[in-house]
Amino acid sequence: MKHLVSVADLTKTEAIRILDTAMQLDQVTEHGAKKLPTLRGRTVVNLFYEDSTRTRLSFELAAKRLSADVITFSAKGSSVSKGESLKDTALTLQAMGADAVIIRHFASGAAHQMAHTGWIKAHIINAGDGTHEHPTQALLDAYTIRRHLAPHRQDFEGLTVGIVGDVLHSRVARSNIGLLSALGAKVIVVGPPTLMPVGVEEWPCEIRYQLDDSLPELDAIMMLRVQQERMNGSFFPSVEEYSREYGLNRIRASRLPDHAVVMHPGPMNRGVEITAEVADGHRSVITEQVANGVIVRMAVLYLLIGGGAHD
Amino acid sequence: MTEPSGILIQQALLYGESQVDIRISHGVITEIGADLEPRGEEITPAHGRVALPAFVDLHTHLREPGREDAETIRTGSQAAALGGFSAVFAMANTAPVADTAGVVEQVFRLGQEAGYVDVFPIGAVTVGLAGERLAEMGAMANSAAHVRVFSDDGNCVSDPLLMRRALEYVKTFGGVIAQHAQEPRLTEGAQMNEGELSGLLGLTGWPAVAEESIIARDILLASHVKSRLHVCHVSTAGSVELIKWAKSHGINVTAEVTPHHLLLTEDLVRNYDPVYKVNPPLRTNADVMALRKGLAEGTIDIVATDHAPHPHESKDCEWNYAAFGMLGLETALGAVTLAMRDQVGWNWHTLAQRMSITPANIGQAHEHGRPLEVGEIANIVLIDPIAERIIDPNKFASISRNSPYASMSLPTVVTDLIRRGQFIVRGGELCA
Amino acid sequence: MSTHVPASPQQRVVADQSDIARALRRIAHEIVENLKGSTDLVLLGIPSRGVPLAQRIAFNIADIEGTSVPVGSLDVTLFRDDLRIRPAKALARTELPIGGIDGKTVVLVDDVLYSGRTIRAALDALNEFGRPKAVQLAVLVDRGHRELPIRADYVGKNLPTSHVEKVSVEISEIDEFDQVVIRES
Repeated sequence: MKHLVSVADLTKTEAIRILDTAMQLDQVTEHGAKKLPTLRGRTVVNLFYEDSTRTRLSFELAAKRLSADVITFSAKGSSVSKGESLKDTALTLQAMGADAVIIRHFASGAAHQMAHTGWIKAHIINAGDGTHEHPTQALLDAYTIRRHLAPHRQDFEGLTVGIVGDVLHSRVARSNIGLLSALGAKVIVVGPPTLMPVGVEEWPCEIRYQLDDSLPELDAIMMLRVQQERMNGSFFPSVEEYSREYGLNRIRASRLPDHAVVMHPGPMNRGVEITAEVADGHRSVITEQVANGVIVRMAVLYLLIGGGAHD
Repeated sequence: MTEPSGILIQQALLYGESQVDIRISHGVITEIGADLEPRGEEITPAHGRVALPAFVDLHTHLREPGREDAETIRTGSQAAALGGFSAVFAMANTAPVADTAGVVEQVFRLGQEAGYVDVFPIGAVTVGLAGERLAEMGAMANSAAHVRVFSDDGNCVSDPLLMRRALEYVKTFGGVIAQHAQEPRLTEGAQMNEGELSGLLGLTGWPAVAEESIIARDILLASHVKSRLHVCHVSTAGSVELIKWAKSHGINVTAEVTPHHLLLTEDLVRNYDPVYKVNPPLRTNADVMALRKGLAEGTIDIVATDHAPHPHESKDCEWNYAAFGMLGLETALGAVTLAMRDQVGWNWHTLAQRMSITPANIGQAHEHGRPLEVGEIANIVLIDPIAERIIDPNKFASISRNSPYASMSLPTVVTDLIRRGQFIVRGGELCA
Repeated sequence: MSTHVPASPQQRVVADQSDIARALRRIAHEIVENLKGSTDLVLLGIPSRGVPLAQRIAFNIADIEGTSVPVGSLDVTLFRDDLRIRPAKALARTELPIGGIDGKTVVLVDDVLYSGRTIRAALDALNEFGRPKAVQLAVLVDRGHRELPIRADYVGKNLPTSHVEKVSVEISEIDEFDQVVIRES
């Protein structure tokens, strides 16, 4: 594994290795080792063309806990906002000797291009590209699911995970569907047909347009964020109608099995896709997802740049 | 470039069939037959080479005026000549737009001055390609450029009333509207063919219906107002069906397909390499198969390159920001041959029909696309049918390098181009 | 099931099951004697084979002293200084006993002592996890060739080797039988 661009780049074994590594790192951290010397002398660049404070901080913390030097190169206040091309930025980072570049970009495929065009030799980690993928989010979600529902297992056979909302524009959904199904979970995708991509029926998941009937089957339910810009569009008639049909409220949450967990990649629109009561309720593992994000990103960084050159 | 004493082509395969000598004098084919006696002409041994009427491209972007960094009329003409074309039709989406007699005359004149191929400007249908009001098509038709083909290519004439008026208006001078069929609302932000792959890649989809709905509408409009419609770069199986239907009902519609839509599929987008970003987008294998069949059967009348040069920066960037379009002139024959050679009924006659005779007819370029017969103007291309060529865009005459065929091996090589009895390309090289 | 692999010219068994058992028994005795008992003693095995060895030593001490000794596992991978030599390897478990290591005498247990780099990493790791009163080292095999000023307090067997040889400690918890083997590499 040289780059992490898409969950499709991961074999099942590699995915499990990342989750296992995260588990060991969790243990080390729990025993009080907050700072590990593993990536001392390595340079990690956070290249963020799109604002995402939480993802950027999560990666930054992960890299710092492993003693890497972290540089943040964000679109605001740097040359990337002055029209410097992705290629020139890549060449610059290459010249500066970056070992890993974590890239967040609003264009689908930007991370793939960074990894495969020869602009830069560094390891590339996709921190979200357009509406394509967000693989570390899927890994942290899988890790959260493993901790709660399959702590002593490697695969997710027999687990059913629901992903609810705007699949069309969601990189989180794409990465999660790919990863969770590869790990053996059954994935049920629920949302209005206007927010389902054409061809979704070929994806390794089941498609449903109604949420209510699916609830009792779900071991985990993942609520996707409704982007502000979709609310004014014609994807659904109104925020109220969306909320009525697809929002997770107390009544719906009560129809989940007792052991089921409620997830959200954040940031949440409380009152739209999830009510505050459920988001803060006993099934919610949303803040834990944030904590797990750091651990999983440490695991990814360690596996990508902790060792020497790959053959 | 003048060869006053004429040319004698020896042992060429006429349409790939009988081996003949062709005598050319004063720009005209004067004799065709076996073992012609040389009479002081320049002798061109052409043993094993195929002689066809030189190609005509009804759809080229030469970028001049406005984007001379991507292509000029001169370099585009050179690329066309090396591709075996004696005439090209230059699209109107230049800067300024070719929507006045002044601009089209300038383009025509620059083509003549360059002197490699005849450059026939296409006039814009609407002022500034804005789709709001009709351009002065009459003035362009009556100008020195004699414009007969009108297109807003790059944009669709999406307003149905405006399209109707345009179709009606060109009847005045026997013109044709070449429509870029793309429903704008259905393709807002579209990046690639809509299907399973666009969903996986997270690129906004470009549904086939966005093309087909416009074609269906325009066919009905052309039928209603009894005018001529030409459909640019057909890219879907559904479009082929619609055109077949229109033709079976006697509606006056013609259609073109690009070499790249005959050969390449959306799978190439997987690596997000913008060289494969094109409008209309590369489609599925099923579409490619339908297009090949449609072209072989004649439902699709012609091949047109949609040669679209772009500077390196416009392609060496994120997919979303990259420009649409790919080069086509210098690779057209090879790509078409590779795509079509296994089709039932495909031979050198069909190729000549689709790449020379019919496009010349549609564009009313009367000196081009003529049969290789005594008395005809000598616009001839000679082809080595056995040679293969590894495509190296750095060797192109075109200023731009955005070819999707880089490093690919394409069959057949254009060795010579004769336009009006003069060598333009000899032995694969441009004549000085 | 597995059969005992006979010694071949490339492979020489230098200690068998009973040799290993005796060595561990002796180490247990030495630890107890040296520390005058087993109070505040923690055994930390270094994965993978150090962990079962630590458990066996703990079993021996329990047998000798009648007290149970806390055993943990300390993965040192993240603290190694030679990570860049090969691709990142999977991490093993780090599990400190309840009660931690602060103020305890920690005996690190590993299978083979060679360059000393693993032990250096282990000392760094311990630093992150707490502050033991003292740290000692027990190894089943000391094969020499130290690259750092590190020595073992308890050694099962001193085994002079050359650099080209590979010493493998095999133990039944992991390898299905107990033996120490030298192979030509």
